[in-house]
Amino acid sequence: MTGMNNTVKRKLIQLAAFGFTNTHIGNFAAGKLYTGKWKQFCNPGLHCYSCPAATLACPIGAMQAVAGSMQFNFSFYVVGFLLAVGVLLGRFVCGWICPFGLVQELFYKIPSRKCRLPKLFTYVKYVILILFVIVLPVTATNYMGMGKPAFCQYICPSGTLFGGIPMTATHPELRTTTGFLFGLKMGILLLTIIASVFVFRFFCKTLCPLGAIYGLLNKVSIHHLDVDKSSCIQCGKCARTCKMDVNPVTSPNSAECIRCGACAAACPKQAIQLGFRNHSK
Amino acid sequence: MKLSTPKRTILQCAFLLAAALMIVCGINRGEQETVWNKAANICLECIGLG
Repeated sequence: MTGMNNTVKRKLIQLAAFGFTNTHIGNFAAGKLYTGKWKQFCNPGLHCYSCPAATLACPIGAMQAVAGSMQFNFSFYVVGFLLAVGVLLGRFVCGWICPFGLVQELFYKIPSRKCRLPKLFTYVKYVILILFVIVLPVTATNYMGMGKPAFCQYICPSGTLFGGIPMTATHPELRTTTGFLFGLKMGILLLTIIASVFVFRFFCKTLCPLGAIYGLLNKVSIHHLDVDKSSCIQCGKCARTCKMDVNPVTSPNSAECIRCGACAAACPKQAIQLGFRNHSK
Repeated sequence: MKLSTPKRTILQCAFLLAAALMIVCGINRGEQETVWNKAANICLECIGLG
Protein backbone atom coordinates (compact mmCIF):
# COMPACT_ATOMS: atom_id res chain seq x y z
CA MET A 1 0.00 0.00 0.00
CA THR A 2 1.44 3.30 -1.03
CA GLY A 3 0.20 6.84 -0.51
CA MET A 4 -2.90 7.21 1.60
CA ASN A 5 -3.47 4.74 4.40
CA ASN A 6 -5.90 1.99 3.29
CA THR A 7 -8.25 2.55 6.25
CA VAL A 8 -8.55 6.28 5.54
CA LYS A 9 -8.97 5.69 1.82
CA ARG A 10 -11.73 3.13 2.43
CA LYS A 11 -13.54 5.36 4.89
CA LEU A 12 -13.44 8.30 2.45
CA ILE A 13 -14.85 6.14 -0.36
CA GLN A 14 -17.54 4.76 1.98
CA LEU A 15 -18.53 8.31 2.93
CA ALA A 16 -18.55 9.43 -0.72
CA ALA A 17 -20.72 6.41 -1.66
CA PHE A 18 -23.03 7.16 1.26
CA GLY A 19 -23.33 10.75 0.01
CA PHE A 20 -24.01 9.68 -3.56
CA THR A 21 -26.75 7.27 -2.52
CA ASN A 22 -28.34 9.96 -0.31
CA THR A 23 -28.19 13.07 -2.48
CA HIS A 24 -31.76 14.16 -1.65
CA ILE A 25 -31.06 14.83 2.00
CA GLY A 26 -33.46 17.81 1.99
CA ASN A 27 -36.38 15.38 1.58
CA PHE A 28 -35.98 14.23 5.20
CA ALA A 29 -37.69 17.36 6.56
CA ALA A 30 -40.85 16.88 4.48
CA GLY A 31 -40.72 13.06 4.51
CA LYS A 32 -41.12 12.82 0.75
CA LEU A 33 -39.28 10.60 -1.70
CA TYR A 34 -37.17 11.47 -4.71
CA THR A 35 -39.22 10.37 -7.72
CA GLY A 36 -36.86 11.11 -10.62
CA LYS A 37 -35.53 8.84 -13.35
CA TRP A 38 -32.52 7.66 -11.32
CA LYS A 39 -34.90 5.57 -9.23
CA GLN A 40 -35.22 3.04 -12.06
CA PHE A 41 -31.55 2.14 -11.58
CA CYS A 42 -30.35 -0.09 -8.77
CA ASN A 43 -27.87 0.82 -6.08
CA PRO A 44 -25.00 -1.71 -5.88
CA GLY A 45 -25.29 -1.67 -2.05
CA LEU A 46 -28.24 -2.25 0.26
CA HIS A 47 -30.18 0.99 0.66
CA CYS A 48 -33.94 1.29 1.05
CA TYR A 49 -35.70 3.13 -1.77
CA SER A 50 -38.22 4.40 0.77
CA CYS A 51 -35.46 6.44 2.39
CA PRO A 52 -36.33 10.10 1.65
CA ALA A 53 -32.75 10.84 0.58
CA ALA A 54 -32.30 7.75 -1.64
CA THR A 55 -31.20 8.41 -5.21
CA LEU A 56 -31.39 4.83 -6.48
CA ALA A 57 -33.50 1.69 -5.98
CA CYS A 58 -32.54 -1.05 -3.54
CA PRO A 59 -31.57 -4.13 -5.63
CA ILE A 60 -33.05 -6.59 -3.14
CA GLY A 61 -36.30 -4.63 -2.90
CA ALA A 62 -36.39 -4.22 -6.68
CA MET A 63 -35.83 -7.95 -7.27
CA GLN A 64 -38.75 -8.82 -4.98
CA ALA A 65 -40.95 -6.05 -6.42
CA VAL A 66 -40.55 -7.31 -9.99
CA ALA A 67 -40.88 -11.00 -9.04
CA GLY A 68 -43.95 -10.23 -6.94
CA SER A 69 -45.65 -8.09 -9.59
CA MET A 70 -48.60 -9.25 -11.67
CA GLN A 71 -46.66 -9.25 -14.95
CA PHE A 72 -43.44 -11.02 -13.92
CA ASN A 73 -42.17 -13.89 -11.77
CA PHE A 74 -38.48 -13.18 -12.23
CA SER A 75 -36.43 -10.04 -12.73
CA PHE A 76 -33.91 -10.34 -15.53
CA TYR A 77 -33.14 -6.63 -15.13
CA VAL A 78 -32.13 -6.80 -11.45
CA VAL A 79 -30.50 -10.24 -11.55
CA GLY A 80 -28.50 -9.15 -14.61
CA PHE A 81 -27.42 -6.00 -12.77
CA LEU A 82 -26.37 -7.96 -9.66
CA LEU A 83 -24.53 -10.52 -11.78
CA ALA A 84 -22.61 -7.77 -13.60
CA VAL A 85 -21.71 -5.91 -10.40
CA GLY A 86 -20.87 -9.18 -8.61
CA VAL A 87 -18.59 -10.43 -11.39
CA LEU A 88 -16.83 -7.07 -11.63
CA LEU A 89 -16.47 -6.27 -7.93
CA GLY A 90 -17.68 -9.17 -5.75
CA ARG A 91 -18.01 -8.19 -2.09
CA PHE A 92 -15.85 -5.10 -2.68
CA VAL A 93 -19.30 -3.47 -2.82
CA CYS A 94 -19.95 -4.52 0.80
CA GLY A 95 -16.60 -3.28 2.03
CA TRP A 96 -16.34 0.00 0.18
CA ILE A 97 -19.77 1.14 -1.12
CA CYS A 98 -22.66 -0.23 0.97
CA PRO A 99 -24.26 2.48 3.17
CA PHE A 100 -25.53 0.00 5.76
CA GLY A 101 -22.05 -1.52 6.01
CA LEU A 102 -20.70 1.91 6.94
CA VAL A 103 -23.41 2.36 9.58
CA GLN A 104 -22.51 -0.97 11.19
CA GLU A 105 -18.80 -0.11 11.16
CA LEU A 106 -19.55 3.14 12.99
CA PHE A 107 -21.42 1.21 15.71
CA TYR A 108 -18.48 -1.21 15.95
CA LYS A 109 -16.29 1.76 16.90
CA ILE A 110 -18.11 2.00 20.24
CA PRO A 111 -15.59 0.71 22.79
CA SER A 112 -16.65 -2.73 24.03
CA ARG A 113 -15.51 -6.35 24.22
CA LYS A 114 -15.43 -7.62 20.62
CA CYS A 115 -16.61 -11.14 19.68
CA ARG A 116 -16.35 -13.52 16.74
CA LEU A 117 -19.33 -15.54 15.52
CA PRO A 118 -19.32 -19.30 14.89
CA LYS A 119 -19.10 -20.01 11.13
CA LEU A 120 -22.54 -21.61 11.17
CA PHE A 121 -24.15 -18.15 11.50
CA THR A 122 -22.73 -17.08 8.12
CA TYR A 123 -24.98 -19.62 6.36
CA VAL A 124 -28.18 -17.96 7.63
CA LYS A 125 -27.95 -15.29 4.92
CA TYR A 126 -28.23 -17.95 2.19
CA VAL A 127 -31.43 -19.29 3.78
CA ILE A 128 -32.79 -15.72 3.90
CA LEU A 129 -31.85 -15.14 0.26
CA ILE A 130 -33.60 -18.29 -0.93
CA LEU A 131 -36.66 -18.12 1.32
CA PHE A 132 -37.43 -14.43 1.77
CA VAL A 133 -36.04 -12.91 -1.45
CA ILE A 134 -36.59 -15.64 -4.06
CA VAL A 135 -39.34 -18.02 -2.92
CA LEU A 136 -41.88 -16.07 -0.81
CA PRO A 137 -42.41 -13.06 -3.14
CA VAL A 138 -43.35 -15.49 -5.95
CA THR A 139 -45.28 -18.13 -4.00
CA ALA A 140 -47.09 -16.16 -1.26
CA THR A 141 -49.35 -14.21 -3.59
CA ASN A 142 -52.81 -12.69 -3.24
CA TYR A 143 -55.84 -13.34 -5.48
CA MET A 144 -54.38 -10.97 -8.10
CA GLY A 145 -51.13 -12.92 -8.24
CA MET A 146 -49.14 -10.22 -6.46
CA GLY A 147 -46.52 -11.16 -3.89
CA LYS A 148 -45.01 -9.03 -1.16
CA PRO A 149 -41.33 -8.23 -0.66
CA ALA A 150 -40.92 -10.64 2.27
CA PHE A 151 -37.34 -9.68 3.16
CA CYS A 152 -38.23 -5.97 3.25
CA GLN A 153 -41.46 -6.66 5.10
CA TYR A 154 -40.20 -8.95 7.87
CA ILE A 155 -36.45 -8.47 8.20
CA CYS A 156 -34.60 -5.56 6.56
CA PRO A 157 -33.18 -3.33 9.34
CA SER A 158 -31.78 -0.92 6.74
CA GLY A 159 -35.33 -0.22 5.55
CA THR A 160 -36.45 0.42 9.11
CA LEU A 161 -33.55 2.76 9.83
CA PHE A 162 -33.51 4.75 6.59
CA GLY A 163 -37.16 4.41 5.54
CA GLY A 164 -39.40 3.40 8.44
CA ILE A 165 -38.15 5.79 11.12
CA PRO A 166 -37.92 8.96 8.95
CA MET A 167 -41.26 8.27 7.27
CA THR A 168 -43.22 7.57 10.46
CA ALA A 169 -41.56 10.56 12.13
CA THR A 170 -42.73 12.94 9.40
CA HIS A 171 -46.14 11.39 8.58
CA PRO A 172 -48.64 11.33 11.50
CA GLU A 173 -51.08 9.28 9.37
CA LEU A 174 -48.44 6.53 9.00
CA ARG A 175 -47.79 6.50 12.74
CA THR A 176 -51.39 5.49 13.36
CA THR A 177 -50.90 2.34 11.25
CA THR A 178 -47.85 1.04 13.11
CA GLY A 179 -48.41 -2.30 14.79
CA PHE A 180 -46.83 -5.70 15.37
CA LEU A 181 -44.90 -5.66 12.09
CA PHE A 182 -43.31 -2.30 12.81
CA GLY A 183 -42.46 -3.52 16.32
CA LEU A 184 -40.87 -6.67 14.90
CA LYS A 185 -38.78 -4.66 12.46
CA MET A 186 -37.75 -2.19 15.15
CA GLY A 187 -36.71 -5.18 17.28
CA ILE A 188 -34.58 -6.58 14.43
CA LEU A 189 -33.02 -3.14 13.90
CA LEU A 190 -32.25 -2.82 17.61
CA LEU A 191 -30.76 -6.32 17.68
CA THR A 192 -28.63 -5.51 14.62
CA ILE A 193 -27.36 -2.27 16.16
CA ILE A 194 -26.52 -3.87 19.51
CA ALA A 195 -24.89 -6.89 17.83
CA SER A 196 -22.88 -4.55 15.55
CA VAL A 197 -21.27 -2.97 18.61
CA PHE A 198 -19.79 -6.35 19.59
CA VAL A 199 -19.53 -8.23 16.26
CA PHE A 200 -17.97 -6.58 13.19
CA ARG A 201 -20.70 -6.17 10.54
CA PHE A 202 -23.14 -8.53 12.23
CA PHE A 203 -25.83 -7.99 9.57
CA CYS A 204 -23.42 -8.49 6.64
CA LYS A 205 -22.11 -11.72 8.15
CA THR A 206 -25.40 -13.31 9.11
CA LEU A 207 -28.47 -11.77 7.47
CA CYS A 208 -27.69 -9.83 4.28
CA PRO A 209 -29.03 -11.51 1.11
CA LEU A 210 -27.10 -9.06 -1.06
CA GLY A 211 -23.88 -10.08 0.68
CA ALA A 212 -24.82 -13.70 0.00
CA ILE A 213 -25.15 -13.01 -3.75
CA TYR A 214 -21.91 -11.04 -3.98
CA GLY A 215 -20.19 -13.59 -1.73
CA LEU A 216 -20.97 -16.41 -4.15
CA LEU A 217 -19.57 -14.27 -6.98
CA ASN A 218 -16.39 -13.51 -4.98
CA LYS A 219 -15.06 -16.82 -6.34
CA VAL A 220 -15.01 -15.46 -9.90
CA SER A 221 -14.99 -11.67 -9.47
CA ILE A 222 -12.54 -9.65 -11.55
CA HIS A 223 -11.64 -7.54 -8.49
CA HIS A 224 -9.97 -10.14 -6.32
CA LEU A 225 -7.33 -10.93 -3.77
CA ASP A 226 -4.05 -12.60 -4.66
CA VAL A 227 -1.57 -14.15 -2.26
CA ASP A 228 2.01 -14.61 -3.40
CA LYS A 229 2.76 -17.92 -1.70
CA SER A 230 6.50 -17.58 -2.38
CA SER A 231 6.67 -14.36 -0.34
CA CYS A 232 4.28 -15.48 2.41
CA ILE A 233 6.09 -16.36 5.65
CA GLN A 234 2.97 -17.93 7.25
CA CYS A 235 3.04 -15.47 10.14
CA GLY A 236 -0.76 -15.47 10.36
CA LYS A 237 -0.96 -11.70 10.80
CA CYS A 238 -3.46 -11.36 7.93
CA ALA A 239 -5.89 -13.91 9.42
CA ARG A 240 -5.67 -12.28 12.87
CA THR A 241 -6.29 -8.83 11.34
CA CYS A 242 -9.35 -9.92 9.33
CA LYS A 243 -12.54 -8.80 11.04
CA MET A 244 -14.63 -10.97 8.70
CA ASP A 245 -12.89 -14.07 10.12
CA VAL A 246 -11.26 -15.06 6.82
CA ASN A 247 -7.81 -16.54 6.37
CA PRO A 248 -6.65 -14.90 3.12
CA VAL A 249 -3.78 -17.36 2.64
CA THR A 250 -5.98 -20.46 2.63
CA SER A 251 -9.13 -18.90 1.11
CA PRO A 252 -8.35 -15.62 -0.67
CA ASN A 253 -11.69 -15.59 -2.45
CA SER A 254 -13.85 -16.60 0.50
CA ALA A 255 -17.52 -15.62 0.28
CA GLU A 256 -17.03 -13.72 3.54
CA CYS A 257 -14.19 -11.48 2.34
CA ILE A 258 -15.42 -7.90 1.84
CA ARG A 259 -12.14 -6.83 0.17
CA CYS A 260 -11.47 -4.19 2.82
CA GLY A 261 -7.72 -4.62 2.30
CA ALA A 262 -6.85 -4.83 6.01
CA CYS A 263 -4.95 -8.10 5.43
CA ALA A 264 -2.91 -6.59 2.59
CA ALA A 265 -2.03 -3.59 4.77
CA ALA A 266 -1.04 -5.87 7.66
CA CYS A 267 1.19 -8.22 5.63
CA PRO A 268 4.85 -7.58 6.51
CA LYS A 269 6.00 -9.03 3.17
CA GLN A 270 3.43 -7.36 0.89
CA ALA A 271 2.45 -10.85 -0.25
CA ILE A 272 -1.25 -9.95 -0.48
CA GLN A 273 -2.47 -7.86 -3.40
CA LEU A 274 -5.99 -6.60 -3.96
CA GLY A 275 -7.20 -5.36 -7.32
CA PHE A 276 -8.26 -6.13 -10.87
CA ARG A 277 -4.90 -7.44 -12.11
CA ASN A 278 -3.54 -10.95 -11.61
CA HIS A 279 -0.58 -10.79 -9.24
CA SER A 280 -0.17 -14.45 -8.31
CA LYS A 281 3.02 -16.16 -9.42
CA MET B 1 -11.51 -24.49 -4.51
CA LYS B 2 -9.19 -22.23 -6.50
CA LEU B 3 -9.96 -21.76 -10.17
CA SER B 4 -7.11 -21.56 -12.66
CA THR B 5 -6.69 -18.17 -14.36
CA PRO B 6 -7.97 -19.25 -17.82
CA LYS B 7 -11.04 -20.96 -16.31
CA ARG B 8 -11.68 -17.89 -14.21
CA THR B 9 -11.44 -15.60 -17.25
CA ILE B 10 -13.82 -17.79 -19.24
CA LEU B 11 -16.33 -17.78 -16.37
CA GLN B 12 -16.03 -14.01 -15.96
CA CYS B 13 -16.69 -13.42 -19.67
CA ALA B 14 -19.61 -15.87 -19.67
CA PHE B 15 -21.19 -14.26 -16.60
CA LEU B 16 -20.73 -10.73 -17.96
CA LEU B 17 -22.28 -11.73 -21.26
CA ALA B 18 -25.19 -13.41 -19.45
CA ALA B 19 -25.60 -10.30 -17.27
CA ALA B 20 -25.70 -8.00 -20.30
CA LEU B 21 -28.28 -10.23 -22.02
CA MET B 22 -30.42 -10.35 -18.90
CA ILE B 23 -30.36 -6.57 -18.49
CA VAL B 24 -31.35 -6.08 -22.15
CA CYS B 25 -34.10 -8.71 -21.78
CA GLY B 26 -35.36 -7.03 -18.59
CA ILE B 27 -35.44 -3.58 -20.17
CA ASN B 28 -37.18 -5.04 -23.22
CA ARG B 29 -39.90 -6.43 -20.92
CA GLY B 30 -40.25 -3.05 -19.19
CA GLU B 31 -39.06 -4.26 -15.79
CA GLN B 32 -37.29 -0.97 -15.06
CA GLU B 33 -40.72 0.71 -14.97
CA THR B 34 -41.88 -1.73 -12.28
CA VAL B 35 -38.70 -0.91 -10.34
CA TRP B 36 -39.30 2.83 -10.73
CA ASN B 37 -42.97 2.51 -9.70
CA LYS B 38 -42.01 0.67 -6.53
CA ALA B 39 -39.03 2.92 -5.72
CA ALA B 40 -40.72 6.26 -6.40
CA ASN B 41 -43.65 5.56 -4.05
CA ILE B 42 -43.58 4.86 -0.33
CA CYS B 43 -43.19 1.10 0.06
CA LEU B 44 -45.30 0.36 3.13
CA GLU B 45 -43.94 -3.19 3.46
CA CYS B 46 -40.36 -1.91 3.34
CA ILE B 47 -40.89 0.47 6.24
CA GLY B 48 -42.75 -2.08 8.35
CA LEU B 49 -46.34 -0.96 7.79
CA GLY B 50 -47.56 -3.24 5.03
